[in-house]
Amino acid sequence: MLRGLLSGVAGRWRQRRLLVPSTDKGEAKIAVSRVAHSYRDVEALKNVTLNIHHGEFVCLLGPSGCGKTTLLYALAGQVSPTFGNITIDGEPVKGPSPDRLLMFQEAALFPWLTVRQNLHFALRSKERSKRRREDLVRKYIRRVQLEGFEDALPHQLSAGMRMRVSLARALTMNPAVLLMDEPFAALDAQTRGQMHQLLQRVWLETRKTVVFVTHDVREALVLGDRVVVMAMRPGHILTDLEVRLPRPRDPDDEKLVLMSRQIREMLRRAGAAERPGPEEVEERDGQGEGPPVARSVPTRAPRPVGARF
Amino acid sequence: MAASLVRMIADGRLPAAIARSLGRLAQGYFLSVALGVPLGLLIAQLPRFRQVVRPLVMGLQALPSITWLPLAILWFGLSDAAIVFVVVMGSLLAIAIASEGAVQQMNPLLSMQARALGVEGFRYYSGVLLPGAFPGIVTGLKLGWSFAWRALMAGELLFVSGGLGQLLHVGRELLDLSQVMAVMLGIIAVGVAVDRLLFETLELRVRRRWGLLAPS
Repeated sequence: MLRGLLSGVAGRWRQRRLLVPSTDKGEAKIAVSRVAHSYRDVEALKNVTLNIHHGEFVCLLGPSGCGKTTLLYALAGQVSPTFGNITIDGEPVKGPSPDRLLMFQEAALFPWLTVRQNLHFALRSKERSKRRREDLVRKYIRRVQLEGFEDALPHQLSAGMRMRVSLARALTMNPAVLLMDEPFAALDAQTRGQMHQLLQRVWLETRKTVVFVTHDVREALVLGDRVVVMAMRPGHILTDLEVRLPRPRDPDDEKLVLMSRQIREMLRRAGAAERPGPEEVEERDGQGEGPPVARSVPTRAPRPVGARF
Repeated sequence: MAASLVRMIADGRLPAAIARSLGRLAQGYFLSVALGVPLGLLIAQLPRFRQVVRPLVMGLQALPSITWLPLAILWFGLSDAAIVFVVVMGSLLAIAIASEGAVQQMNPLLSMQARALGVEGFRYYSGVLLPGAFPGIVTGLKLGWSFAWRALMAGELLFVSGGLGQLLHVGRELLDLSQVMAVMLGIIAVGVAVDRLLFETLELRVRRRWGLLAPS
């Protein structure tokens, strides 16, 4: 019994060490300072302050409607917040720019272009030399393991492959910051797992600064250096945790499962304290989970504002 | 009627008339496409422009194109230009309206993605908006063509200057029923041929490329 108690304490202690409140590490690449945003009378974000450092993989985690997507769109410049400042590399964010590239829940490929043409089209505004463009395209097609599909049209590919094309397209643009809005939410569990492995590998190779929005606790823990947990009404940051697990991470890792339980518990408490209502954070317990249920409410993208064509 | 048809083909009257009519049609139609598609895209993209131009386009669309003929004759005289003008007025607005609708039906995610990728200005119009709306535009082009064809026939009937319409008119003057019917047959043949050969193929190809067909 004593042993049980001891191991329980040790486990807790270890756990706490694996998931620590994140500390400020010097100069921020992305600085979000006291940002608030309202859609008419709905307060989507309130007093959000967040610093993201160069080369960090940050997951914004929270239930649907907690403002995480709004925050991401504000970083992308698709939404201009009603209050507060966002700077990237010291420059205030004004309108969308390929330097902080936004990836959506869908692959959003141009259906009339082949895989190769999709990559080239995006790159043309950035890279003038055709030779260099071709090299880049080849390199990233290899990186997302799509060799042999260069001349396929998007509708001939599976959803997972389309997402890989989208990822390759984003990477060829070599943005300073990559912003991802639940990019794998629409995929089946198996493909999603593969995408996690792929993204981890690509990230280890490129060390991009990534902000990744998700409502799936385990996805956040598998991918993120930091997990910023958000709660709703109005959207605010509940806690900002650092994940200290070696990569590549396995979603079924015991420690990771434990951590995810801890975070879910935290979210449940926050949810219960604020409102009676359905718990919307995806619950995925233990190993033996059933087929993925599309539990995510189809995310309503915030209305983009700013420059029109 | 068959004999009349064969005779008119043999003495070259029917082919010449068809060539003449199609020549006019081509001028008017290409002018309509060249103006109508950009007009439609602009109406869809620029809210200010839409507020002013859209009601105008919708109003004029309600006007049967042949009613432009008197005005056209006053402006251009008894020339081919007058008939071409009628053809343009017949199809331009339909093409513009269809193009606008095609843009509205486009997946909005593609425009957002284009913006996120930094695709702007002319490259956005020509590389994203136009191809994105293209399946819908093709449907508009088909519609525009049938309007153009009707406008042309009406114009040629009223304003005699060669072409299939005139042949029809002459048949009526001579009380030659078989010639009238033979020419009508010719008009149907041309209409169906263009519709089937040109537009059906184009539509099918576009839909296949864009992934809008169920895989067979």
